[in-house]
Amino acid sequence: MTVLHRLSSLAVGQIATVQALHVDSGFQFRLHALGFRIGKSLQVIRTAPFNGPLQLRLGNTDVMLRRQDADKIEVNL
Amino acid sequence: MKRVALIGMPNAGKSTLFNRMSGASAKVANWPGLTVDLLTAKLLLAGDITELVDLPGIYDLHGFSDDEHVVRHFLCNNTIDLVLIVANATQIDRQLALALQLRSLGLPAVLLLNMADEAKSLGITIKVDQLAKELGYPTALISAKYGQGYAQAYQLIDSELRNSTPAPIQTLEQNFAIDQKMEDELDAIIRHSVDVPAQISHSLTEKIDNVLLHRWFGLPLFFTIMFMVFQAIYTIGAPLQELVAWLLGNVRDLALVPLLSGLPPLLSGFLIGGVFDGIATVASFVPVIILFFLMMAIIEDSGYLSRAAFLMDALMTRLGLDGRSFVMLLMGFGCNVPALMGTRSMRSRGLRLLTMLVIPFSLCSARLQVFVFMATALFSPREAPLVLFSLYIMSFVTVIFTALLFKGRFNSQEPFALELPPYRFPTVRQMFLRGWLEISHFLRRATKFITIGVVLVWILTNMPYGVEPASAASWSGWVGEFMAPVLSPAGINPELTVALIFGFVAKEIVIGALAVIYGLQGSDLMQGIAQQIDWVQAYSFMLFTLIYTPCLSTIATIRSEAKSAWFTSLALAWPLTLAWVVSTGFYQTARYLGY
Repeated sequence: MTVLHRLSSLAVGQIATVQALHVDSGFQFRLHALGFRIGKSLQVIRTAPFNGPLQLRLGNTDVMLRRQDADKIEVNL
Repeated sequence: MKRVALIGMPNAGKSTLFNRMSGASAKVANWPGLTVDLLTAKLLLAGDITELVDLPGIYDLHGFSDDEHVVRHFLCNNTIDLVLIVANATQIDRQLALALQLRSLGLPAVLLLNMADEAKSLGITIKVDQLAKELGYPTALISAKYGQGYAQAYQLIDSELRNSTPAPIQTLEQNFAIDQKMEDELDAIIRHSVDVPAQISHSLTEKIDNVLLHRWFGLPLFFTIMFMVFQAIYTIGAPLQELVAWLLGNVRDLALVPLLSGLPPLLSGFLIGGVFDGIATVASFVPVIILFFLMMAIIEDSGYLSRAAFLMDALMTRLGLDGRSFVMLLMGFGCNVPALMGTRSMRSRGLRLLTMLVIPFSLCSARLQVFVFMATALFSPREAPLVLFSLYIMSFVTVIFTALLFKGRFNSQEPFALELPPYRFPTVRQMFLRGWLEISHFLRRATKFITIGVVLVWILTNMPYGVEPASAASWSGWVGEFMAPVLSPAGINPELTVALIFGFVAKEIVIGALAVIYGLQGSDLMQGIAQQIDWVQAYSFMLFTLIYTPCLSTIATIRSEAKSAWFTSLALAWPLTLAWVVSTGFYQTARYLGY
């Protein structure tokens, strides 16, 4: 059984697989183009202080994502 | 004439390719139906003069940002003989999606996989023939930066262009859902033709990031780097400026004055004291401007700007802005106009308007000239760089204050994701091309605004006929007198007032105007001003110049981008009010404290 987590709850260094994107369709297109697709794996590289954004690595692309938007992405470990 | 369009994702190296293909012949063109300017160049392809159009970088064809709308509109309303799709070879696994989308529209295209050198060093191998066969588009590996693979690319472009029959495409304004079939095909093509090592290491980028994006040192480092950049610009730029001013002064005294001695005094006075002095004073700042843009080009191309967005996003969120707004503010240090246009990637109107409201407070390179001039004239060489830096700080303070004040009116909940590309360093060629573009941009401005501006200033200071130039009896004296009740509380005298009025058109005119008003040039001008005003007045004048209504081009851009008379008036009135309050506050406080 897979347990879903919010992407924002991951610790630095953790690797996870994208399971669901609960965002509006416009942002979904953007996330897709940046490599966030169901089944893709990603790693949390670092987070910025003061509740700042996350730096994520998907394949060969590094992306920054705000915490509030990472809340809407579900992953499993 | 045939037409070729360049399409690619941001960070695919599209502009580098465009610059390489067009040389420095690029021109900004207006397109019917589009409110934006696109870069175009005419070049010889397949034996015909062909128009190459550089479309904005986009992530996909059905997104909702203005940039994506521009590309869609362009594709639907123009006949296009060939599309050049530029994709980053190191990220082909996701960038190929754009090629598949274009193919589904039936557009003839050639796929150029850029940054082949980088892909190779990362161990990514691409079977180009296999990829081309499955995709159905001719494909070539190139390196736009180092100029590799061009012969083959041109060959493909040539033969495609000869055979292409441009077909009008079906409307694509429909919003098709993310297509599972297309995704499966993308994965299949990548599986068959691309070999990516399991562990890609950008070890250098990672090492640099560990320092520059450090949890606690990241931000202080960012500001230290910025401070050093501006310090370097001043330290190298100021002596160069003096050198050019000295050279132009010699041209005037040794060539121009004897040459024009036969003319009536009024005419020679107009040509030398008006046109030449005005333009020469502005022109002496060209080295500072080139230096500034070289530094900006290095920072911009290096990938550090998106790191700045990462570091600042938490703070910007609290101001109702985001990391992108911060990057646009930094771009605004060069020129506010492209920074305003850069807000097109924002979908939320509130966020976009708020960003456009704060961008004009960015201390642009034109204002930098005024400040370098004033700081050199009124402060010691030790103090001058600190004065400059304090104005950059002031620029941020006004941004923060304005954002906090207005963020309630311009609400936004826009999500935000941004790519952090690996660090890259521009080639010498790229830097020079950039420097050249800035010089030509400056010369175009110089011929229009600046010449007209200094001529008008000369007329104001020398008319009516026979008055002592810039005296209380001259027209400029009347204007200064008329404005005195408003501006004298800020310590701004009638001469500076006239300069400020013309600075509304373009900030470069301010120093040109001062040269004309004082009838002096080069170091004489600096001494002349230093004798007439003290540092408190000078700093108050600099604060006013920093904050008040940006130049005419900025206002015109705000109007065309925001498409709102109400917003444009706000963008005019608010900075003017703030400038007066800050300058007056500073001047009165400094005087009260006994300075």
